[in-house]
Amino acid sequence: MKHTALHEAHERLGAKLIEFGGWHMPVQYGPILDEVNTVRTKAGLFDLGHMGRVHVTGKDAVRYVDRIATNFCAKIPTNSIRYSLFCREDGFPIDDILLYKEEAGTVFIVVNASNTAADLAWMREHTRGFDVKIEDQTDALGMIAIQGQVSRDVLQKLVEGYDLGALGYYKFCFATVCGIQGMRISRTGYTGELGYELYVPQKDTARVWNALLEAGKSHGVAPIGLGARDILRLEAGMPLYGHEIDATHQPLEAGLSFGVSFAPEKGDWIGRAALERAKAQPTRRLVGLTTPGPRVPRQGTPVFRGDAQIGEVASGGVSPTISKNIASAFVKLGCDQPGLALELDFKGKRQACTVQELPFFSRTRK
Amino acid sequence: MTSKTMRPDDRKYFESHEWAKQDGDAVIIGITDFAVAALSNGNDSDLVYCDLPEPGRELAQGETFGEIESVKAVSDLNSPVAGEVLEINHKIEEHLEILARDPWNEGWMIRVKPTSKNWASEKLMSAAEYEKFLEAQKH
Repeated sequence: MKHTALHEAHERLGAKLIEFGGWHMPVQYGPILDEVNTVRTKAGLFDLGHMGRVHVTGKDAVRYVDRIATNFCAKIPTNSIRYSLFCREDGFPIDDILLYKEEAGTVFIVVNASNTAADLAWMREHTRGFDVKIEDQTDALGMIAIQGQVSRDVLQKLVEGYDLGALGYYKFCFATVCGIQGMRISRTGYTGELGYELYVPQKDTARVWNALLEAGKSHGVAPIGLGARDILRLEAGMPLYGHEIDATHQPLEAGLSFGVSFAPEKGDWIGRAALERAKAQPTRRLVGLTTPGPRVPRQGTPVFRGDAQIGEVASGGVSPTISKNIASAFVKLGCDQPGLALELDFKGKRQACTVQELPFFSRTRK
Repeated sequence: MTSKTMRPDDRKYFESHEWAKQDGDAVIIGITDFAVAALSNGNDSDLVYCDLPEPGRELAQGETFGEIESVKAVSDLNSPVAGEVLEINHKIEEHLEILARDPWNEGWMIRVKPTSKNWASEKLMSAAEYEKFLEAQKH
């Protein structure tokens, strides 16, 4: 198992560590639901050192990304970020990613830990005909997120010569943080809260983490593990590869059309034809389910309407924010109207649930 | 998190972290402190649900009689003993924190009429053996 630059810090903080995507990562430091509440009411710190970070340079960088990724990279404004995916020819995703469009016409890409190796292999397979260089920066950079209403106030204390208030949602800048010049800061996150993600040189990552904890102490900022992160992203209606999207769930039915461009000017891209066909003939879509019952829906829990199974849970969990058990689920079209009463099936025992649109809670999306 | 406190030796232990204890002619069954800690990481609020069987159900040794669920995951509850379910402890269904507080007494889950009087001799561990079993699992 690989260790992030913050491994010792987690052990000192008493975290419970688990294997995740090949990395030894904190799943929780204390009760998971308390950690969710901390992020929803104050702010939390996350070690994202496990996520893959790839720099695409060379004169064809943008044109190349437009061939291999679903969003329209050439149209992304400089210093802005867009959600996107890598899909196979058949339209099913290899991964979902963030594209950072840089001034030099280069692209910085953040990918999921568990897919980093597959993403890199796939990216390298498709470079023919493009003048591009693909550099894996995962081991060179650490990554820390601070998420929650007080995140701006806390991070601003460590930033010199830049007003974070000027940084819009899904924008990034380079600023001096803890005396480290040119650090990439993006206003992004996986919680539905105001928040920032920092890309820190590996050797400085622990120092920046400790400085953020110290600066956030009086605001109630605490470290947050993957357990709470999963609930936060589910509440915020954000997809997780392996759940809402994978080799059998394509992005359009998962509600991710905003990350897929069919603009003619984008030209042909891998998976385009398959997704155009899928778009013309939708069969199911991702919705939210809330349940008043005690059982927690989990991936694969069948969803019934009367005697007919009409869907399946993609992700489920306990939501302390809306005080209900919640799920994202793929349901047949016609069974997807908000307010519709359905049932979850727990090994033959039924539990009522109600359809709603995603997200369950978000301050960054309506 | 190695606790040096010995687990009670008035009962037998099963490989999936349940215990069984003679109680008159019957046997009561629960889960160990290790099982509770693994599910909840020491935070009793992380336990969310416990599903127990109906009285009258016949169980084979090792058969799943219920489920316990934490914020993170669901685990099967397996019977260390073959027998018929006589009674269940409804109290823990509503008060899962009991399991964290006292898994050995108040946190019992089901009472079973064992198929064999010699149930304790079958594939079960003493407290000391269970301790060694846990130690071996760490490596």
